[in-house]
Amino acid sequence: MALDDSRKTRQFRIVGTRPDRPDGIDKVTGRARFGADMVAPGMLTGRILRSPHAHARIRRIDTSKAEALAGVKAVVTRADFGDVPDHVADIMENCLAGEKALYDGHAVAAVAAISPAVARQALRLIEVDYEVLPHVTDVDEAMKPDAPVLHEGRQQETVPAGMSGNVISRVEFGHGDIEAGLAKADRVVERTYRTAAVHQGYIEPHACLATMTADGQGDLWVCTQGHYMVRNTCAAILGLDQGQLRVTASEIGGGFGGKTTLFLEPVALMLSKKSGRPIKMVMSRSEVFRASGPTASSSIDVRIGMTREGRITAGFAELRFQGGAWPGAPVGVGAMSGFASYDLENVKTVGWDVVTNRPKAAAYRAPGAPMATFAIESAIDELARGFGLDPLEVRLMNGADEGTKSSYGPTYPAIGLKATLEAAKAHPHWTAPLGKNQGRGVACGFWFNFGGDTSVSLSISPDGTVTLTEGNPDIGGSRAAMTMIAAEELGIPYDQVRTVVADTGSLGQNEVTHGSRVTFSVGLATIKAAEAAKKEMCRRAAMVWGIDEDAVEWEDGAARPAGPNAGKFPPMTLKEIAAIASKTGGPIAGHHEVMAEGAGVSFATHMVDVEVDPETGATKILRYTVFQDAGKAVHPSYVEGQFQGGAVQGIGWALNEEYIYGKDGLLQNAGFLDYRIPVASDLPMIDTVILEIPNPGHPYGVRGVGETSIVPPLAAIANAVSAATGVRMTQLPMSPPRVLAAIQTGG
Amino acid sequence: MSRIHVTTKINGDETEFLCDAEATLLDVLRDELGLTGTKEGCGTGDCGACSVTVDGRLVCSCLMLGAEAEGRQITTIEGMAEGEVLHPLQKKFIEMAALQCGICTPGILVAAKSLLERNPDPSEVEVRYWLAGNLCRCTGYDKIIRAVMDTAADMRRAS
Repeated sequence: MALDDSRKTRQFRIVGTRPDRPDGIDKVTGRARFGADMVAPGMLTGRILRSPHAHARIRRIDTSKAEALAGVKAVVTRADFGDVPDHVADIMENCLAGEKALYDGHAVAAVAAISPAVARQALRLIEVDYEVLPHVTDVDEAMKPDAPVLHEGRQQETVPAGMSGNVISRVEFGHGDIEAGLAKADRVVERTYRTAAVHQGYIEPHACLATMTADGQGDLWVCTQGHYMVRNTCAAILGLDQGQLRVTASEIGGGFGGKTTLFLEPVALMLSKKSGRPIKMVMSRSEVFRASGPTASSSIDVRIGMTREGRITAGFAELRFQGGAWPGAPVGVGAMSGFASYDLENVKTVGWDVVTNRPKAAAYRAPGAPMATFAIESAIDELARGFGLDPLEVRLMNGADEGTKSSYGPTYPAIGLKATLEAAKAHPHWTAPLGKNQGRGVACGFWFNFGGDTSVSLSISPDGTVTLTEGNPDIGGSRAAMTMIAAEELGIPYDQVRTVVADTGSLGQNEVTHGSRVTFSVGLATIKAAEAAKKEMCRRAAMVWGIDEDAVEWEDGAARPAGPNAGKFPPMTLKEIAAIASKTGGPIAGHHEVMAEGAGVSFATHMVDVEVDPETGATKILRYTVFQDAGKAVHPSYVEGQFQGGAVQGIGWALNEEYIYGKDGLLQNAGFLDYRIPVASDLPMIDTVILEIPNPGHPYGVRGVGETSIVPPLAAIANAVSAATGVRMTQLPMSPPRVLAAIQTGG
Repeated sequence: MSRIHVTTKINGDETEFLCDAEATLLDVLRDELGLTGTKEGCGTGDCGACSVTVDGRLVCSCLMLGAEAEGRQITTIEGMAEGEVLHPLQKKFIEMAALQCGICTPGILVAAKSLLERNPDPSEVEVRYWLAGNLCRCTGYDKIIRAVMDTAADMRRAS
């Protein structure tokens, strides 16, 4: 039977059910240990001194008074690190500034002291002589030829001569002839859209506990999405052997991409090396906002043409992203993903990566895609409504399908976009009546999903219970999914498997928990590791029975003679094989190491009803439904949770959240009071519909689900607000003053 | 600087500690007493991750001084289960997948328990407003609200 057929007909025993997560009790009782919850004997408190300027040359740092303060055990500046390899140079610069402070909050020095109070006092005693420089925080301003330039010599050859040095690179994707396509349209919408920088907003601030000895051995406890990445990067910065640095991931209190890089860890290790003591560092919330990664802000021009029947004749978007003080705004993925939901003859996207005096953008859930999608899905909605066409029908007419050459190059295998649109069309939400000042919006969204380096180990204990060891922090229930997959493959009960997230010394390299890769990649490796263990158990049974190992197969948790010629033996269960393992050749384990490929893309359609108060401009979300392709939902509750969480982060991005900078280049809202993420009373229930169009690249059909859910909401809500007010909203957030102004001026 | 001697009751146990005058109750719980189930998400009373009850009243422990605990009865997440028996809210949160990363969970459970003690039959709107001071970035609140309402219904049936 071909893989495709078996995937459609396979009957699962555990996958698709909703068991309790194995780390549940620890997390509801307060026992789970997060980044800041660890202590070590003799540990010191580490604290960072941060730049009060948006852009300044550091002429001199005098740490002598701080060093002389009683209770201060070490002070560290950039000078302690010396030269670092190129591939980690920007990360080093972000962890501690060298010649220039590049944004408000940029780290310039660090201390270790016997108490937080002494550490705070020591920071005040560090004297930094700054030469304040002109700054720029807006992407369009930063691209002007006369803008203050952050870096010399970073501009790439893709950028035409004469542009500001802040413009780092240009990318382009697409096919066909835009102008010819637009000429065939009955109407062309041409607009500029803007989105604000927003923060991932994880509730747990960055934290670590570092120990480093004079002989170059280190131990790190850290809240991160990828402890192997932390190990490799710290080793490169500090000149350590990777094998001498053991990194253990704490439980992680949210990441959403923001914990895929470093901020504190190399500094903590250096403070430990200098002081000879363990160092604990925990960011305050204001440090999290000022100095850890928000996402890029964007300015996007769109031109899309449509016939009056609804066929898109051409689509063009030019995306300008500022990603903070170093290159790397997610404009490439934005440019690749914006039109990915459509089957277009003529499509082109251009992206510009621009630096400004803001904190370095870190990944945020589907980096780059929500902004691009906001602009493009808004323009498509405007065209459809302008012709009086049904926005779902227009998307079905133009939607990508199996065999479509995508806007970013590849031709799609089986995908679920149209299934999500059909489900949306059939859902009662679509035809529910709306009241005064209310509007309904829809939008589609896409994310690539990812595989990457993965290493797992599966050990059979003598009593027949199983430990699965994996190397990806459990950010939202992945232990449950892995436990289910291992139990499914082995044919044993869920509660006989325990999944452990191991330190870097226990397994081969594991890629960061990002790209919606874990359930796909670690799940894939778990299946293969279980297959290896089953093969070995079949071999042991064959040995006991005295038959050829090829004549034994694994079924329902037991080895069985296969076929009529294998002989008649009663099945030998996993428990029985485990019990006699030491007599049949020793311990039994399976492991698998792979650079996982075949992550299937995931599409979603979101539908939202809003009510806009015409007197205040405030928008209330009345009803929200997510339709998304999960390939195969391993634990449907946590799949729903990903859909709901992404949608609500998108609601925050659409309506409230924004980094607000003053003319002085300083961040004005570095706290949860003024940077308002959605709270329970802002929201209705978030309904979900899980579609399952199997991923051809996975034995169960699994697709990653974590990121797609934040891609459609910005546009869906903008389309709903535009429908409710009759005014097209082109700038996020659609905060009450902005909506009110738009209503009053007609846009 | 002399430290302040405080005698208090935490999760039913007589507890004494010494604290600096500026130490918050949250600092004392986490750093002096090792009760790290109470989390610090902001330190400014905006996120609710540090929720505890003081003489039955729901407070952000980051907004109260350790010295103010003198003579009070403090309850933290560590006092919610009785031995190995979970509180119905704790059980329901696991059963209904009302947590993802789990960092806000202790604060939300403490706050939700406090609600149900006052109002055993809250409406959805009442639950949403009561928990409006507890930020969760993972779940979109849907499963949290359902879990609280479901628990309330179970507890009403059981009583």
